[in-house]
Amino acid sequence: MPGETILEVKDLRKHFPIRRGLFGRTVGQVKAVDGVSFTLARGETLGLVGESGCGKTTAGRTLLRLLDPVTGGSATFLGKDLFAQRGEELRRTRKHMQIIFQDPYGSLNPRMTVESIVGEALQIHGVVSDRKERRERVQGLLREVGLDPVRHITRYPHEFSGGQRQRIGIARAIALDPEFIMCDEPVSALDVSIQAQIINLLQSLQERKNLSYLFVAHDLKVVEHISHRVAVMYLGEIVETAGSGELYRNPIHPYTKALLSAIPVADPTVTTRREILTGEPPTPINPPAGCHFHPRCRFAEDRCRDAANPVPVYEVGEGHRVQCILAEKEGGRIVEHRPPQNAPVEV
Amino acid sequence: MKDTEATLDRSELEGASPGGRSPTAMALRRLFRSHTAVAGLAITGVLVVTGLLAPWIAPHEYWRISREAVMQAPGAIPGHALGTDELGRDVLSRLVYGAQISLLLGVGATGVAVVLGVIVGAVSGYFGGWLDSLLQRVTDTFMAMPTMLVAISVTAIMERPTLASLFLIMGFLSWTTVSRVVRGQVLSLRENDYAVAARSLGAGDGRILFRHLLPNCMGPIVVLATLLVAGMILFEAGLSFLGLGVQPPYPSWGRMLLDAKPYMEESPWLMVYPGAAIVLTVLGLNFFGDGLRDAFDPRMKV
Repeated sequence: MPGETILEVKDLRKHFPIRRGLFGRTVGQVKAVDGVSFTLARGETLGLVGESGCGKTTAGRTLLRLLDPVTGGSATFLGKDLFAQRGEELRRTRKHMQIIFQDPYGSLNPRMTVESIVGEALQIHGVVSDRKERRERVQGLLREVGLDPVRHITRYPHEFSGGQRQRIGIARAIALDPEFIMCDEPVSALDVSIQAQIINLLQSLQERKNLSYLFVAHDLKVVEHISHRVAVMYLGEIVETAGSGELYRNPIHPYTKALLSAIPVADPTVTTRREILTGEPPTPINPPAGCHFHPRCRFAEDRCRDAANPVPVYEVGEGHRVQCILAEKEGGRIVEHRPPQNAPVEV
Repeated sequence: MKDTEATLDRSELEGASPGGRSPTAMALRRLFRSHTAVAGLAITGVLVVTGLLAPWIAPHEYWRISREAVMQAPGAIPGHALGTDELGRDVLSRLVYGAQISLLLGVGATGVAVVLGVIVGAVSGYFGGWLDSLLQRVTDTFMAMPTMLVAISVTAIMERPTLASLFLIMGFLSWTTVSRVVRGQVLSLRENDYAVAARSLGAGDGRILFRHLLPNCMGPIVVLATLLVAGMILFEAGLSFLGLGVQPPYPSWGRMLLDAKPYMEESPWLMVYPGAAIVLTVLGLNFFGDGLRDAFDPRMKV
């Protein structure tokens, strides 16, 4: 069960400049992540959901320091400022945070054997002193993820199925005994039957090693199953956060409701009322002023469009936060004011 | 690349996966299925063996002049199967030693070009930014140079270029394609998940570049190098034909063509043999290179 906080993210921003012309003049910003805050406890899984392009993956990769430089905000990981670290210090921190990828085909170097792929981290950090020790450690890791430590270790990635490759990726991620793993849609590319196996593997590893996951996905069923808490992202912002059960029982934000109503029910006699969203998601280059969701929202009022005084974050219950005026009806109280938009962003 | 030679075909048909076959091993297997590639490889093999064993294969020394046997037709006198030239030197021996020169210059110049091209391309593609812009403009400049003219000017200034200076000049003028290809590859591979994974494991730039990116560019580099060797042999023949390449008494195929030019009508074999040697060798290397390309990237095959 979740313990102390190991990762605290405040107002994380990651913008990508759009450059044009011969001299690379910056003509705009893609605001992929625009003010995201959350905490993650030891042994906890935080699900991060939202439609394609909403910034889920960017948020996760920025936190892993894979998309430097960060545009704004702060993150404290294991008591240290994550974005202030450089060189050797950052390299040591990397031991504690890892990533599992969506695409089991592109995430493994086709020219390396399983032994070198899984054992690379051990070598980089000098955890093992010789080849024999590395082989033993890799065999142990393969056993942990359900692969054959003898037959599979000398093979190349192309000789495995998608699910097996994902297991190799997981073995690589746990090789250094990290505290935190960002799972970037780890099952989206797999068959449903394989998905369950991988989810179960991730859960049992979490229990055994007390791992914390940031579980990025768009499949709400999977997220509900694995997550303790869920955060819903829309256009670079977290619009609603709650305990997994609470969110699915009592969604407040219209976007969350629309997402949840899109989950198919495995019973042809049940007719659910779908909240069909109209319109495309707006572009993160120039998001709508105020609440980014207002052009697609049927409850939108004038104050939802106010850029100088954006919709604040309300708390409607223990750990249930939502950035929507509808929270007022549920008795929500304001816990965080959002900064005025288009204000200069400190770097 | 070690075991299971005999059982491969069957297990492939059955969809089973025999343990530990690297992508390189699979590419080589595809290579040997192509007839033109094998033919190219055979011709290339003949060139290499001839070049390496020239002193043992050639019936005479390439420089041995004989006043008694000047301009003899092939087979006219015993001991000179392909005849003799205007100084009575044995044509076959000169061809054999010519193979040695061609091989040496082709491989040497290609080596220079590949090393330069890989360094420039990898640095350019991996680090990007202003360094990339700068290196790419340098590459553009080299591409804009009329290679043959520059080579002619430089060798003409040097009067008697040595072999080493020749392959340095040729390599220095020919690395641009390699660098462009490597840059493109590195640029796209850099964003690959396995490169991201390596960075997240704490791997440094050197490790990512040499362990993850460059090995995955090896296919195109090898293909390009093979084709470059062919190009270099032609380049050298061209220079030598103008009298600016390999200097006498070394026998070079291009030089033999030049020497044979005045006697084209009465002794055509003096031109036919070195000409045929050049054509065959270049053709063989190109076949081999194309075969390699198909083998390394089956999707590119038309």
